[in-house]
Amino acid sequence: MSEHHEPLPVERKLLTPGVYVLLLLTFIGVCFAAWRFIFGLSSVTNLDQQHPWGLWIAFDVATGVALAAGGFTAGALAHIFHREHYHAIVRPALLTAMLGYTFVGIGLMADLGRYYNIWHPAMPWMWSPNSALFEVGMCVMLYLTVLYLEFAPIVCERFQKYDKRFALLTNLSDRVYPILNKIMPLLIIAGVVLSCAHQSSLGNLMVLVPSKMHPLWSTPIMTILFLLSAIAVGFPMVIFEGMYAAWSLKLKPEMHILSKLAKYIPVLLGAYLGFKIGDMAIRGSYVYLGEGSTQSTMFIIEMVFGVIVPFVMLLSARVRNSPGWLFLASLLVVLGVALNRINVFLVAFMPLYPVKSYFPAIGEIAVTIGLVSLLMFLYRVVVTYFPVITHPGKVRAA
Amino acid sequence: MSLNRREFIKAAGLAGIGGSACLLGERAQASEARSPSPDAMGVLVDIPKCIGCRRCEYACQEAAGFDPPPIETFEDKSVFEQARRPQPRSHTVINRYANPQDQANPVYNKFNCMHCVDPACVSACLVSALSKQEDGPVVYDVSRCMGCRYCLVACPFEIPTYDYDMPLKPQVRKCNLCAHLVPEVQDVPACVKICPQEVLTYGKRSELLELAHEKIVTAPDVYIDHVYGEHEAGGASWLYLSSVPFDQVGFKHFDHKAPPRLTEKIQHAEFKYFLPPLMWFGLLGAAMWLTKPESGGTSHE
Repeated sequence: MSEHHEPLPVERKLLTPGVYVLLLLTFIGVCFAAWRFIFGLSSVTNLDQQHPWGLWIAFDVATGVALAAGGFTAGALAHIFHREHYHAIVRPALLTAMLGYTFVGIGLMADLGRYYNIWHPAMPWMWSPNSALFEVGMCVMLYLTVLYLEFAPIVCERFQKYDKRFALLTNLSDRVYPILNKIMPLLIIAGVVLSCAHQSSLGNLMVLVPSKMHPLWSTPIMTILFLLSAIAVGFPMVIFEGMYAAWSLKLKPEMHILSKLAKYIPVLLGAYLGFKIGDMAIRGSYVYLGEGSTQSTMFIIEMVFGVIVPFVMLLSARVRNSPGWLFLASLLVVLGVALNRINVFLVAFMPLYPVKSYFPAIGEIAVTIGLVSLLMFLYRVVVTYFPVITHPGKVRAA
Repeated sequence: MSLNRREFIKAAGLAGIGGSACLLGERAQASEARSPSPDAMGVLVDIPKCIGCRRCEYACQEAAGFDPPPIETFEDKSVFEQARRPQPRSHTVINRYANPQDQANPVYNKFNCMHCVDPACVSACLVSALSKQEDGPVVYDVSRCMGCRYCLVACPFEIPTYDYDMPLKPQVRKCNLCAHLVPEVQDVPACVKICPQEVLTYGKRSELLELAHEKIVTAPDVYIDHVYGEHEAGGASWLYLSSVPFDQVGFKHFDHKAPPRLTEKIQHAEFKYFLPPLMWFGLLGAAMWLTKPESGGTSHE
């Protein structure tokens, strides 16, 4: 328990040139989204009767959920297993998860034909416990609530410590803060349980359609693979966004924490790799590796650059201790898991009666880029005004 | 503490692996399909009898309330140049295929919702908008639907379609076996009623299966020995007899196991009586307490 650095609002200028670029990209995305809501899905997307799910499900929803896994893995490490050393990463990871899941919800709204019925799965008379998607929907709704509650104390702190202009808010914060802190252990455990449940159920979605799935991905243990890959991508995502945010906000990255955190990655990524190889060996699906198809090429890219290369890299202490190499290795894991989700939902999905092949339309890509830009902008807004990031060097008396 | 922190974590990890292994073991013995209801109705399609008049396409559009063009326009044979699929406004389509035994007489096949015995779309739907009626039809309740289109993804026969062009009230569209008309308004579905060649027989699925096998036995030179829909993807209410192998008339090969048997087993193993999530909650709570540093620890901010 050496360092007692405390998270602080960054208090930097918000509207930098980079932020203007984010806002412009967001604006373009909003325009395409508006077009979709006025003229329907077919006016903006390349979806057709044979390809009911496209980029918005594969990336905005499935990848979004996977990459938000840093929230529960960091929370478990620091608070359930009490690795106090890692406290500084919990708040940024929590913020990423909270924003990430919020955007899963918004992205889903754009994709749903009857978005105004998005609340239906919560109604007991519509429950459908046989459906993996029902489980995903319920857990995401509950987890989103848990994430907001977990984040609420951080909001309170702003009005308690850094901004006393609003007496009402300060009073309210003073009253709510102790209650939130009391239920926090329950929330943290609930967050982990809910995360594990829906991360794995998300993998069960495509188990229902073996006849349309390429055999390299089509396996009954997809639930286990989705859970393991989500757990494996948690810390790389924390490292990636921590270093990226530090660079962007001109802070020093917390290498003494991140390098240590990186030691867990080869273990977690290795477990995933083990299951993936075991699955391939048992099902004999390796015979498709040399197929030379888009599918086999994408599978090889996913496994080599997204799993094996970063796994080997992160075994080395030199990589873990070098900011540049650590960033690159973490980025590879993040991209690898993102590619896995895109592969499972788009590349491996092969309709039986295709009319044409699916590639996302400009509008779909623009909406996705707009969502990611808005997410990055909101991340910056929140860390600017709320105590999320722990700045090395600035020690505050407790 | 008798159990130290590391031992506890190891034990918890092993418990997790053990649990996953049990899950895998259970998967291996999944059943084939839900058994069909004895009251389930269905349709037997005698493919060799079909002449491709497409009157069923007309009747279907009319029964679904789509106000079809005059029936004569359905005599247009040029549509057969391409294999068509059901569309939001035509829930059944007839396609033409070359007849390897008799080049002069092509074969026609009819495509529409198979009304599976154990439907993947029903299992997929997260708001129970799709359901399987006791008397056979798989029906859609638009008031529940969110438009997620997982049913389109899930259907092994690739049947449901979607109103992608409708911004406000899009629907999933597919044949409902005229459940809105039968038996109150008419005795048989619209396509069965209009068919001039008696290609389609409406009846109890169990009796249709008997009839189909009887036909195969009495005319083995006409029919191949396979009733498509008897076992495909767990079985369907629509059953097909053919003179040529089914893969030559636009049908795909399927396992006999209904896809939901596997996913529902996994889903329910994960959530049996909510015990697994509660167990994890307890284990993690125990871990949280046991690994708490002796110094009293810090709060969780």
